[in-house]
Amino acid sequence: MFTAFDFDVILRSLPYLFWDGMTFTLMLTALSALGGLVLGTLLALMRLSNLPILGAVATGYVNLMRSLPLVLVIFWFYFLVPYIGQIITGAERPVLVGGFASALITFTLFEAAYFSEIMRAGIQSIPKGQVSAGYALGLNYRQVTSYIVLPQALRNMLPVILTQAIVLFQDTSLVYVLSITDFLGAASKVAQRDGRLIEMYLFAALVYFLISFAASRLVRHLQTKTAIIR
Amino acid sequence: MSYNWNWGIFWEASPEGVGTYLTMLLMGLRWTVATALLAWVVALVFGSIVGVMRTLPGRTIGIVASAYVEFFRNIPLLVQLFLWYFVLPELLPQAAGMWLKQLPNAPFWTGAIGVGLYMSARIAEQLRAGIKSLPRGQAMAGTALGLTTVQTYRYVLLPMAYRIIMPPLTSEFLNTIKNTSVALTIGLMELTARARAMQEFSFQVFEAFTAATLLYLALNAIVVFGMRRLEKAVAVPGYIAGK
Repeated sequence: MFTAFDFDVILRSLPYLFWDGMTFTLMLTALSALGGLVLGTLLALMRLSNLPILGAVATGYVNLMRSLPLVLVIFWFYFLVPYIGQIITGAERPVLVGGFASALITFTLFEAAYFSEIMRAGIQSIPKGQVSAGYALGLNYRQVTSYIVLPQALRNMLPVILTQAIVLFQDTSLVYVLSITDFLGAASKVAQRDGRLIEMYLFAALVYFLISFAASRLVRHLQTKTAIIR
Repeated sequence: MSYNWNWGIFWEASPEGVGTYLTMLLMGLRWTVATALLAWVVALVFGSIVGVMRTLPGRTIGIVASAYVEFFRNIPLLVQLFLWYFVLPELLPQAAGMWLKQLPNAPFWTGAIGVGLYMSARIAEQLRAGIKSLPRGQAMAGTALGLTTVQTYRYVLLPMAYRIIMPPLTSEFLNTIKNTSVALTIGLMELTARARAMQEFSFQVFEAFTAATLLYLALNAIVVFGMRRLEKAVAVPGYIAGK
């Protein structure tokens, strides 16, 4: 059944697939994981703070994002970001935003909700005595948070954070709905240009599988290495 | 902001010829619900089989089951749907491939089964965790009473495991609903696709997406409410979740 296969089309398009496509996918994954983690940590701190308004805002945001499909959120921001840009810059027309910037903003804001739940669990896993000890030593809230709570929360949650990053890596394929050239977008463009859907989609699936599988194996290995023995 | 709001748009006739834009969105909601329900059934059936397989003592069975889980977990859902929709009919014998391609509502069947298989890998993992969380003594007691392996699972382990994993199953059901929106890429006209189509016809982007957002939130609320009731009804006495 593989006799009608044209493996040459994959070889021919390798530079395009990886140089244009995979670079986009990996950049988007790395940057939005980083942005999402920072924003998510802030959201988690807001939820755990003593100010009810901050907590309510953060809870509302996280619950809203987590109950919407990513595809809908991608569409939302694709159309919303130009208007937000207009408000911020005070321009007369909606600001033109490139595909990468739009995707980056979308994924950062969307993933922040998921990372915030992870960080909240991480922060709550720190024994209360540690915070009390920090205050007893005369540290203030900022110092206790950044020197005692967050480093441990991050370390405890590192495997979960990385697993979420692998999920994010797979989810970035959804920028396909905006016809952006990420890895899948590049594969699909070649597939449609050359009429080679089978080869290209199978190859794309294989590449995604290998990367995600290897990454999750690494995470599992890391988990045993970084686990704190109590 | 230079955007012309027009909330009356929902009562205007849609270019599809049947009803208003609102009916168009509601029809999309119906497809979302139908796809999610079928996907959920597929996910539960396959997830249960594979989840049980992963807890059985046999080595080969375990390898097959974990290969299944790794396959469905490490390929993006979108790529999986493309594989089922574009690639599978070509790899099958010609007659079967033609039959698949000419199936009425092909995007619906492919989308529902594709999302269902994708979710089944996650449910298998949840169920495995549920079964593993039971004390060893329960399976042993089953064996001691002279039950076969099938009977032990049917009467002792599974009734407990399903009730324990009720909360994660709720969020997996919500994920199933959300994931059906990916099927718009293979042409399923579900809620998100209809909102997008409404935006293209009427240029009222934000009204369309707001309506879709509210419908998804309502759907979520109904599922959460229903699952809470179910959770209460089947909670095991003596556990923290029980009375």
